[in-house]
Amino acid sequence: MIPELGHYALVLALFVALVQSVPPLVGAATRNGAWMNVAVPAAIAQMLLVLIAYAALTWAHVVSDFSVLNVVQNSHSAKPMLYKVSGVWGNHEGSMMLWIVMLTIFGAAVAAFGRNLPPTLKARVLAVQGLIGVGFLLFILITSNPFIRVVPAPIDGNDLNPLLQDPGLAFHPPFLYAGYVGFSMAFSFAVAALIEGRVDPAWARWVRPWTLAAWSTLTMGIAMGSWWAYYELGWGGWWYWDPVENASFMPWLAGTALLHSAIVVEKRDALKSWTILLAIVTFSLSLMGTFLVRSGILTSVHAFAVDPKRGIFILVLLAVATGGSLLLYSLRAPTLKAGGLFAPISREGALVLNNLLLSTATATVFIGTLYPLFLDIMKLGKVSVGAPFFNATFLPVAIPMVVAMVVGPFLSWKRADLGAALSRLWVAGVAVVIAVAVTAYVKAGGGPLLALVGIGLAAWAFVGSLVEFADRIALFRTPFRNSWNRAVHLPRSAWGMTIAHACLGLSILGMTGTSAWQTESITAMKPGDRASVAGYEFRFDSVGLVDGPNFKAERGVFTVTRDGQRVATLEPERRSYSTTRMTTTESAIHTTVFSDLYVALGDPTQNGTAWIVRIYHHPLVPWIWIGGVGMMLGGLVSLTDRRFRIGAPERRRAAGKTGGKSAPLPAE
Amino acid sequence: MKRILLAALLALSALSSPALAVQPDEVLPDPALETRARAISQELRCLVCQNQSIDDSNAPLARDLRLLVRDRLKAGDSDTKVMEYVTDRYGDYVLLRPPFKATTLVLWIGPFAVLLLGAVGTFLFLRGRRGVAAGADTAPLSADERRRLDALLRKDD
Repeated sequence: MIPELGHYALVLALFVALVQSVPPLVGAATRNGAWMNVAVPAAIAQMLLVLIAYAALTWAHVVSDFSVLNVVQNSHSAKPMLYKVSGVWGNHEGSMMLWIVMLTIFGAAVAAFGRNLPPTLKARVLAVQGLIGVGFLLFILITSNPFIRVVPAPIDGNDLNPLLQDPGLAFHPPFLYAGYVGFSMAFSFAVAALIEGRVDPAWARWVRPWTLAAWSTLTMGIAMGSWWAYYELGWGGWWYWDPVENASFMPWLAGTALLHSAIVVEKRDALKSWTILLAIVTFSLSLMGTFLVRSGILTSVHAFAVDPKRGIFILVLLAVATGGSLLLYSLRAPTLKAGGLFAPISREGALVLNNLLLSTATATVFIGTLYPLFLDIMKLGKVSVGAPFFNATFLPVAIPMVVAMVVGPFLSWKRADLGAALSRLWVAGVAVVIAVAVTAYVKAGGGPLLALVGIGLAAWAFVGSLVEFADRIALFRTPFRNSWNRAVHLPRSAWGMTIAHACLGLSILGMTGTSAWQTESITAMKPGDRASVAGYEFRFDSVGLVDGPNFKAERGVFTVTRDGQRVATLEPERRSYSTTRMTTTESAIHTTVFSDLYVALGDPTQNGTAWIVRIYHHPLVPWIWIGGVGMMLGGLVSLTDRRFRIGAPERRRAAGKTGGKSAPLPAE
Repeated sequence: MKRILLAALLALSALSSPALAVQPDEVLPDPALETRARAISQELRCLVCQNQSIDDSNAPLARDLRLLVRDRLKAGDSDTKVMEYVTDRYGDYVLLRPPFKATTLVLWIGPFAVLLLGAVGTFLFLRGRRGVAAGADTAPLSADERRRLDALLRKDD
């Protein structure tokens, strides 16, 4: 009964989404207020209906209703509750449900909080959002219905892939999808603005918080996915340049560009047409990522050709959304008036450079990801594109980008003095020299030259961003109390930028450290054996058997010492899941601020007395994710900037009129 | 992340156990040689896997290739010689960094072409904007505009 209710709610949501789209578009064109206003209750109703459907599916998973095919295929009665709930999105149908949940939440948020939007713009934004909803609800109902029943119901389910039975599943997909789908807001705003034929700083101010929110969550989603892979896969790799990863990385790169070009629209009324295009491209890349991952084309072009129903459907969605919006763009963009002027060396100029490099980076990943598929489909041969290709093409773009990132904020709007900006960065320059010199001395001869570049870049990004902040609050140039005051009154967006930019430096530090200087020991060890890695001694004490809820595990106990001092006890596991007959490694990690000690228990050797033990020392690796979390926090801090809050601009204007002599806000 | 994402997003049912690739019996006694073997392994594709290098893969074929690479290194081959040896037998498809040839032209030139086109586009855009600046936007004020400007400036005092 309850799955049918969910199914029914989903069908109803489709019709509500149509109501959210068509009447408001007509109403906005004919200036019919009543028709436009339909969008608001419709958006909220659509969200509630989709949530009901989602709750129904969750219920079926929680109570292990094995008359529902989706539950049979992805659950098991003995599965822990955490994975019964998160397992809902650990499969194709459920993950599409999560997609649509996120989409409708964003739509309802605009309906609820967009009170200061002009009525026609709001109606059109919600209508476009509704149209995306129509497309994806149709996709779910026609090709990926999660509520299909099986008769007769089997006694138990097939269980969820053990690799996914990890707390990472509870957090990684929701963040990733919130980011993916969040860019639909920027898309809806862009299309609505094109229909309106008007893009102004106010538009940028409305669209930026949504972009920031999407960017922050996508950053977090990617970082968590990378961390999950790091500890789950048993050897500590954190990025593979795999098409599935690239599918999430492309919207991130384009979204980062969008985030920055929207600043220029907001502050200087320039780059409008480009920003609109970026908004369209960013969401199109999200859709393309969904296509790549959902159609099965990555597994094999042939698998896709055998059962192309889902893939074709998303491809059509992608073509309609991207093609339609680009057509609209080509018709309307020329009518957008160019705004503020600027010299090449200026803040605007720096942001243009940022956009140029980020777009190139996006294109690089795009070509590297899709070109092998293209060749294969065209029967022109097969080609492998892997990490070595991406490292060779992506880094030459990424490195100058980070170098420029630090200089940009020092340049003033309209026209700037590059020499003066660089001279204010001398502290960062000194930091780079020291960091590189110290690294070269300590690691004499060890690691590639690129590692020194990485360390220098990390120092440049981190120290340079802090120097910019210190410069802004006139640290050491005025009494400390004065600087403190300035810092407190600095706009949150300035805080956000400093945090995000500096944290990118931290991430680069981590990536460099572990790529260049990781050490390992791969040996067959018997209990009582010792191994030594990076100055730590690992003693293999014992192996015990552990019973889990739906698995049996061998748990090794390792005592780690350094110079005779006990450092940690690590207990890696090797789990065998009975239903799926798969084994997973649960590596044990001891982390300090400077490195991770990582132990994974592998297969027993042939005679069964020893185990293959992999021990790794990953220097600086935690900073990859500390930096990732920091970047997300930077985005969130920026999101709390008062100018994004409802009514804040009006209040400030009012205060300016009456007060007149109120303390001047520092320049933004 | 590859396998997890693949599993999460493709919901594959038949995944092998996690990447526990290099086995202890493969490791060469000479650390310098082993380091070279690992570096070469990361450049070679496991032909039966999805976009995995033989260094990451636990497929039997990947192991065979790893042993082959180590055998060649022990025989005294240079890194390039080893790569040649492998590509002679398995074709260019085994290379994760595809060689520069007709079918990979777009792949290698593409990113730099995008950068170049973007740079030219940006340059033209900026120059175009300067033209605008020199032109209509800075036309001298009319008498009426001047009067209104003066009035505004006085009001501010």
